[in-house]
Amino acid sequence: MRRSEILRGRLILLAIWAVLIGAPYWMPAIGGYTALGTRVLVLGLAAMSLNFLLGFTGVLSFGHAAYFGLGAYGAGLTLKLLAASTPLALLLGTLLGGIAGALLGALIVRRRGVYFAMVTIAFGQVFYFIAFRWNALTGGDDGLRGFARQPLHLGPVTIDILNNAEAFYYFVLACFAVVTAVMAFLLRSPFGHTLLAIRENERRARFLGIPVERHIWLAFTLSCFFISLAGALYAMLNNFADPRGLHYALSGDLVIMAVMGGMRSFWGPLLGAVVFVVLQDYLSSITTNWQSFIGLLFVLVVMFFPRGLLGFLQRRKAAA
Amino acid sequence: MSLLDIRRVSKNFGSLVAVRDVSMTVESGELRAVIGPNGAGKTTFFNLISGLFRPSAGSIAFDGEDVTGVPAHRRVARGMARTFQITEIFPEISVLENVRISAEVAAGYRLRPWLGRRAAAEIRQRVEKILGLTGLVAKADRLVGELSHGDQRAAEIAMALALRPRLLLLDEPTAGMGDQETYEIAALIRRLHRDNKYTIVLIEHDMRVVFNLADRITVLDQGRLLAEGPPAAIAQNPAVQAAYLGEAA
Ligand SMILES: Nc1ncnc2c1ncn2[C@@H]1O[C@H](COP(=O)(O)OP(=O)(O)OP(=O)(O)O)[C@@H](O)[C@H]1O
Ligand SMILES: [Mg+2]
Repeated sequence: MRRSEILRGRLILLAIWAVLIGAPYWMPAIGGYTALGTRVLVLGLAAMSLNFLLGFTGVLSFGHAAYFGLGAYGAGLTLKLLAASTPLALLLGTLLGGIAGALLGALIVRRRGVYFAMVTIAFGQVFYFIAFRWNALTGGDDGLRGFARQPLHLGPVTIDILNNAEAFYYFVLACFAVVTAVMAFLLRSPFGHTLLAIRENERRARFLGIPVERHIWLAFTLSCFFISLAGALYAMLNNFADPRGLHYALSGDLVIMAVMGGMRSFWGPLLGAVVFVVLQDYLSSITTNWQSFIGLLFVLVVMFFPRGLLGFLQRRKAAA
Repeated sequence: MSLLDIRRVSKNFGSLVAVRDVSMTVESGELRAVIGPNGAGKTTFFNLISGLFRPSAGSIAFDGEDVTGVPAHRRVARGMARTFQITEIFPEISVLENVRISAEVAAGYRLRPWLGRRAAAEIRQRVEKILGLTGLVAKADRLVGELSHGDQRAAEIAMALALRPRLLLLDEPTAGMGDQETYEIAALIRRLHRDNKYTIVLIEHDMRVVFNLADRITVLDQGRLLAEGPPAAIAQNPAVQAAYLGEAA
């Protein structure tokens, strides 16, 4: 029973990576295009980062777009003002969002539940208004333009991720692989087990000797670093960053992806992102009212598959 | 020196005095029962000892050091472990994982992003030993939330044991159990005390369990210390009889 479960897990993992690696080849066949795949990866990574906190620590942040957006602006500003280097933009974007998360996280970890969510929204909106108002630096409502991701120089080899969409997809996939591997690794560690303990029962966790606030802060901070890396990739995907990348509407979309896909499963939020991004791409070309359709789908999923799409699939297989 | 030395603690909730001026000392290796009618303040007394609340007055020393202002999670690190009157477990993960988290934290690994082979093997051994002691080996892979009430209580005790406590605080471990389950838990507590030399403070309503197990008994009534002594003396104590008769009447 246990062994077959492990085998099944490995097969699923293999399937996921095969699909992701092959995406630029099979997507055109069903009417997709590579940049759409890249967008799925980036938002999927963002939703998985949020879910590190939501699904595996049991803490709901409704302002995670703030750190996503900070990562985006950090990367954009680096490319525009500092140096024409993709790795540097990625690094500084991640640091900007991650450090902001660490500082603000320290102020909010004592709050719980709705209060925690409210404070995360409030802080998120502060960044939104700064980006919106600080025209000189951020371009205000028009967004930050005038930068572009740069080709990668790996020793003698140059990879043109700027003009070659497939090359950029694989660059994003590599980043995605590293971050998800770090997440999976952490969740299996004693530290990850303490997060699970906090999710399951905070009082019990405290009386096992876990300083709950400190561990929630660590989880929050890590999750902010992960999501700001996704944000930095997002800026480079579009060669553009705008205040909506910080807005709580995006935070809400990320929560929808995580819950719809299945927040108790590691890959659930990625599936949620696939459904969300593909539907958005398709529906927004035929109706301006696409958000209502996604909202309706979300409600249906929550009503009929409370564990999310992937949670539902896993349950059914387990029962079979 | 006593392992636990509680001096004149009180706890007020607004105008209600839930614990009033209670003192108690527990020696290493002792099994102490705390009894009293409903609402006597027993659980509140445990909450003061384990650090969930700070006393309104009085002091608590553990192993010779004052811990009155020490937060709960640090008291655990010093060797106090407890269970709750209403079971507190991690319902959606397995019995083994519940106990493993405890063992990892107790070993000082709570911030470790990975474990070496040696450390992991030691943790596994420790977990197996405790599952054996608490009779949960066959249920190791089950989700704790799916176990029977009795097994959930046993799992909570197992989690407390995995902390390597020097003082084990058990709040009504047999609450809500039938005779068979009560008997099994009582036998487990006896083993822990006799064979494994744990120091235990036990809140208990079932008098058969109390008089069979306890070395000494502390009686609380309306927040006050009513009596303390060996079981035989407590059974004869007119004030105690009155308190319990008063409850029955
Ligand atoms: N957190 C709290 N806030 C306010 N009042 C409380 C709190 N905890 C306990 N009390 C009150 O303190 C008194 C003692 O309660 P406590 O739970 O300590 O009694 P107990 O002896 O454990 O009773 P039982 O045998 O029913 O478990 C009760 O009147 C209770 O209502
Ligand atoms: Mg009680």
